[in-house]
Amino acid sequence: MRIVKVLTVLAVLLAVATFAAAEGPVLLNAAGATFPYPIYSKWFDLYHTAHSNVQINYQSIGSGGGIRQLLDKTVDFGASDGPMNDEQLKQATVPILHFPTVLGAAIPAYNVPGVQGELNFTPEALSGIFLGTVTKWNDPSITSANPGVKLPGDDIVVVHRSDGSGTSYIWTDYLSKVNPAWQSKVGKGTSVNWPVGLGGKGNEGVSALVQQTPGALGYVELIYAIQNHMPYGKVKNSSGVFVKADLASVSAAAAAAAKFIPDDFRVSITNPEGKAAYPIASFTWLLIPSKFTDSAKRDVVKDFLKWALTDGQNYAEGLSYAKLPKEVVAKEMKAIAQIQ
Amino acid sequence: MATTPNAVTPTEFTATPRSLLRRWTGADEIAHLITLIAAATLLLIAVLLVYQLWILSAEARTKFGWSFFVTKTWDPVAGDFGALPFIYGTLVTSAVALLIAVPLGVGAAIFLAELATPKLSSSLTFVSDLLAAVPSVIYGLLGVFLLVPVMRTTIQPALKKTLGFLPLFQGPSYGIGFLTAGIVLAIMIVPFVLSVSREVLLAVPRDQREAALALGATKWESTWKVVVPAARIGIFGSVFLALARALGETMAVTMVIGNNPKVAASLFSPGYSIASVLANEFSEATGNLYLSALIELGLVLFLLTFVLNGLARLLILVTTARGSGVLPT
Repeated sequence: MRIVKVLTVLAVLLAVATFAAAEGPVLLNAAGATFPYPIYSKWFDLYHTAHSNVQINYQSIGSGGGIRQLLDKTVDFGASDGPMNDEQLKQATVPILHFPTVLGAAIPAYNVPGVQGELNFTPEALSGIFLGTVTKWNDPSITSANPGVKLPGDDIVVVHRSDGSGTSYIWTDYLSKVNPAWQSKVGKGTSVNWPVGLGGKGNEGVSALVQQTPGALGYVELIYAIQNHMPYGKVKNSSGVFVKADLASVSAAAAAAAKFIPDDFRVSITNPEGKAAYPIASFTWLLIPSKFTDSAKRDVVKDFLKWALTDGQNYAEGLSYAKLPKEVVAKEMKAIAQIQ
Repeated sequence: MATTPNAVTPTEFTATPRSLLRRWTGADEIAHLITLIAAATLLLIAVLLVYQLWILSAEARTKFGWSFFVTKTWDPVAGDFGALPFIYGTLVTSAVALLIAVPLGVGAAIFLAELATPKLSSSLTFVSDLLAAVPSVIYGLLGVFLLVPVMRTTIQPALKKTLGFLPLFQGPSYGIGFLTAGIVLAIMIVPFVLSVSREVLLAVPRDQREAALALGATKWESTWKVVVPAARIGIFGSVFLALARALGETMAVTMVIGNNPKVAASLFSPGYSIASVLANEFSEATGNLYLSALIELGLVLFLLTFVLNGLARLLILVTTARGSGVLPT
């Protein structure tokens, strides 16, 4: 009996030792989008607390830089506010997988002299304003959506982001979907050739210009608007309902689009169907190579993804990010198996 | 006397300098080498910089050629890039800045060097040096929150009313644009003009002032006709230093210029500068052509600085050959 006991103890010790040896230090480098940086750094920090041998360094250098560094293999994985295009994917030596992590949205912020309260915006009005075809606040396309509000005949001063950003990507992606003229003349991107308007640097630059300039209309990232208690307008979605952006209506947009999400998750969810869906929202993605040469890194990445998509989601709303709907999480959990 | 230590010393002196000289010659060579390396490093950095910009901009250079300099479009989505609005914006804002900062800075320097009491002069210079050390983002924020509203509500309407017949002062007042960017730049570069100009003015020999006064010149005549011309080259130097700063300034300009690639005659119009567009778009530039076009813009800025500096040196050469500049830059 005693011998058995001793042997058991030895066996347990041995098992622990092997386990510990398998859990050597793992250092992962990642780079990319600035928009999800607060939640990513929270996740990496929490994950490090739970797994002290894992250290993930994330540099928020922008989506473009993240994609480039991933293609150059100077980082283990990347992050982007816009999906990689086919041309970029072709440059990768191993196929790159997209994993949506949280959601972001862009909201219209404005400064109309004499108007308090929320304005309603139709897709026609927003795209017309940004194309420069709607130039006055009392244009019929705006007044018809705002019965009872006395809008002045002031000029509309359009304000957009001057720095390349995921927020501009969401905004222009939406305008491209709702207005064919925008699609053909301007298109979508982190920076575009804006037909009209002033450029402000960052959310803070846009909101400063909007607040200062009478008659201004600009777009700002939802989190920034929430955290700074900025008033903003409702936007008419494809079901004809004017929806105010908040975490629930943004998640609803993703849920509404869930059944159309392709297997590679490279999808735009702007202007989705669904009564509760806010139409100007988007995923932000982690870009993960489908093959890791280092199996320790691979296991950590897979485990981290599983955690971030499940338990990690609970930290999103505290930082004002909209959570992934469960349909999307379920689909992503299956896709994790593709990482080898 | 010949046996006293004093008498011995001279012979030792003659011996010591010779060995010292020999030793110091070695040290001279070392110093020569070290300073040469320092100078060569600077040159190497400049050459490497241009080389890298040249290599990395290859795609845009072959695609657009010389038309890059005259194309007004900047469309990252369609992949159509031209540098004209950015070159224009950089030159216009720098010109506005110099027009304001040079009279202000040189005027203040003359006052501080010639007229103010030494105590006042040194304390004001200290304040000016402090201004030069303020990070540019602070100037940008002050521009956005203080200058822009004043420009929109007061200065631009006033300019429109008085000088509105000039195309320079027409169009809607947004508060941001070329003029505001130029003013913010001017505020940023005044300390450079002031500080260097004051030093050069102070370095003009006292004899020259006294000679002028002795000949019956008034204080002002001695300052304006003798001291300032003598310090002219140094003052030019301060202006070029300021110009270099204005050309390359990024953050403060981005925050107040309006970031719209437009070539417009009106100073009220929003515009864009080379340094601003680089700061704005570099981090999110995804396509290879896009990135290489941005890098070519960096090359253009380098070229612009080079050409302007060359012109400046030419100006100095011409005026020095004619005039009586006594101080090197």
